[in-house]
Amino acid sequence: MDLFEYQARDLLASHGVPVLPGGVAETPEEAEAIAREISAPVVVKAQVKVGGRGKAGGVKLADDPEAAKARAQDILGLDIKGHITHRVMVAQASDIAEEYYFSYLLDRSNRTFLAMASVEGGVEIETLAVERPEALARVPVDASIGVDAQKAAEIVDAAGFPAEVRDQVIAIAVQLWDVFSKEDATLVEINPLAKAPDGTVLALDAKVTLDENAAFRHGEHDALEDSAAADPLEAAAKEKGLNYVKLDGQVGIIGNGAGLVMSTLDVVAYAGEEFGGVRPANFLDIGGGASAQVMADGLGVILSDPAVKSVFVNVFGGITACDAVADGIVSALGLLGDEATKPLVVRLDGNNVEEGRRILAEAAHPLVTVVDTMDGAARRAAELAAS
Amino acid sequence: MSIFLTENSKVIVQGITGSEGRKHTARMLASGTAVVGGVNPSKAGQSVDFDGTTVPVFGSVADAMKETGADVTVVFVPPKFAKDAVLEAVDAQIGMAVVITEGIPVHDSTYFWAHAQGGSTRIIGPNCPGLISPGRSNAGIIPANITQAGKIGLVSKSGTLTYQMMYELRDIGFSTAVGIGGDPVIGTTHIDCLQAFQDDPETEAIVMIGEIGGDAEERAADFIKANVTKPVVGYVAGFTAPEGKTMGHAGAIVSGSAGTAAAKQEALEAAGVKVGKTPSEAARLMREIVGG
Repeated sequence: MDLFEYQARDLLASHGVPVLPGGVAETPEEAEAIAREISAPVVVKAQVKVGGRGKAGGVKLADDPEAAKARAQDILGLDIKGHITHRVMVAQASDIAEEYYFSYLLDRSNRTFLAMASVEGGVEIETLAVERPEALARVPVDASIGVDAQKAAEIVDAAGFPAEVRDQVIAIAVQLWDVFSKEDATLVEINPLAKAPDGTVLALDAKVTLDENAAFRHGEHDALEDSAAADPLEAAAKEKGLNYVKLDGQVGIIGNGAGLVMSTLDVVAYAGEEFGGVRPANFLDIGGGASAQVMADGLGVILSDPAVKSVFVNVFGGITACDAVADGIVSALGLLGDEATKPLVVRLDGNNVEEGRRILAEAAHPLVTVVDTMDGAARRAAELAAS
Repeated sequence: MSIFLTENSKVIVQGITGSEGRKHTARMLASGTAVVGGVNPSKAGQSVDFDGTTVPVFGSVADAMKETGADVTVVFVPPKFAKDAVLEAVDAQIGMAVVITEGIPVHDSTYFWAHAQGGSTRIIGPNCPGLISPGRSNAGIIPANITQAGKIGLVSKSGTLTYQMMYELRDIGFSTAVGIGGDPVIGTTHIDCLQAFQDDPETEAIVMIGEIGGDAEERAADFIKANVTKPVVGYVAGFTAPEGKTMGHAGAIVSGSAGTAAAKQEALEAAGVKVGKTPSEAARLMREIVGG
């Protein structure tokens, strides 16, 4: 889960990382009130989970509360690369003497954590990494040891931070590790980490990504979820505990196992090329069990998607044999009754496949077509969606 | 021969008394696996009955190893307790820990991976179906009755695609099929399995199944180019996955332009791997290579 800047800032502050005073506003009036409380020039920043907001007009300075209100008025509702701005952060403006960069992240390739730091902050770090890799220190962090003051000093010195800020940045590096490890983050990125003219080092902008697998030990992270932005079908699926992702096509997909479902999407997209570019409408993995209730819940969500023209149920009977899956499909259609309105192409294979196909043939549901191969079934589903 | 798991493997199950652990222990036993014990600290001294086979429960992995000579553990414990379970297995120096559990926080898996470095435990998974050497042993949840022993080696991030491929090529059969798991940090990689299959005299050809996210497939492609002389057929899932969305597996996500299926396919093809457009096409390509 990616956090908004204001959420990231609050999280950093709760671990002692120095940040500037500020708050989040959903209306120009709230922005004005925050600016009044700060009683100094402020910066009004669009809260969107996408980069490049400065260039898009989403970051503005305001000298007084009235100006903050006006700037918030300009920015709220702004479309930044397809993300509509619903909130702005109002923070005390800071003169910047120097801009640095600091992050911790999960390094998948090397199965470790990585600290990255540079004294050339404020720019796109991807650009810096390509154009001047020597300016970006990359220090692996052993997950079983972590970052203490000594390790932090190693990172800070590898990046060549100037002597006058060294101790401050070391302290911040330890605090940021605290955020990264205790909050189960996979990314904590400060850009810029800034030196104010008085020499104080502050985190001026932050990106934080939290690991959803760790939600069980962070009840407080629930509140950070941006439920307003969620797709309504995704929200409905989540409520039923389904692993569903909305896509933009016409063939609803249900399968078991993440890999098989991803593969099903691809196979439908290939088959759909023949039928004017028919595409998969969603990802839905009902897991190994594939019970009747889960099948009914899944079909319910998919059939409520107005974009769906046909449904492809693609199940490999491994742990749950095909006869049980077929029973599940028949019961699910029974549970759905009149709500089942779109043609279903079913492909079953694996354990007890003959019995599974026999059950479907016997039920002879008018909406169901059984096709024996995955490629053939995808073609049929695409054809039905196009007709 | 087979890789990692043989008829001599002695398997214990951490979490044997839970519903998943119990269900799959029964399946492992039914497919001929030597399941010699289970571990549950609060149920030491008890036993679990599986249709005529009584499996003793020990208080720790170390105790189970001492009493039974176990060299493989299969971990079914819930995400909350998985880190401690794996650390216990690693500290007991068991040969292999197969971590089935889905939903382990990545800080925990990265921790136990780091902790296992320099030790004697091979970690498979987490978030994986385990591995099977058909006719010999089955450590995990892969259905045993969809294929048979044979000359193909299989390594895959995905469980059901593993089953699909095992089933499509069931007449030819498999030396070992390894589901390495769909998490961002996993213990045993495509490369580890490719190396083992290359060294295994019984394996004649290798199927490698990948999916979006990370760069494991690209690295595997480099490895194949330099080190693998046996024919390799590939398949990659997730061409239609949108950027920034997790597709079921925690690790299956395209981040910016990194981790796309197209890049993985391209890298594999550049390394001489024949890549199927669909799982069935990959199976056909393998059939052309090994005959049958």
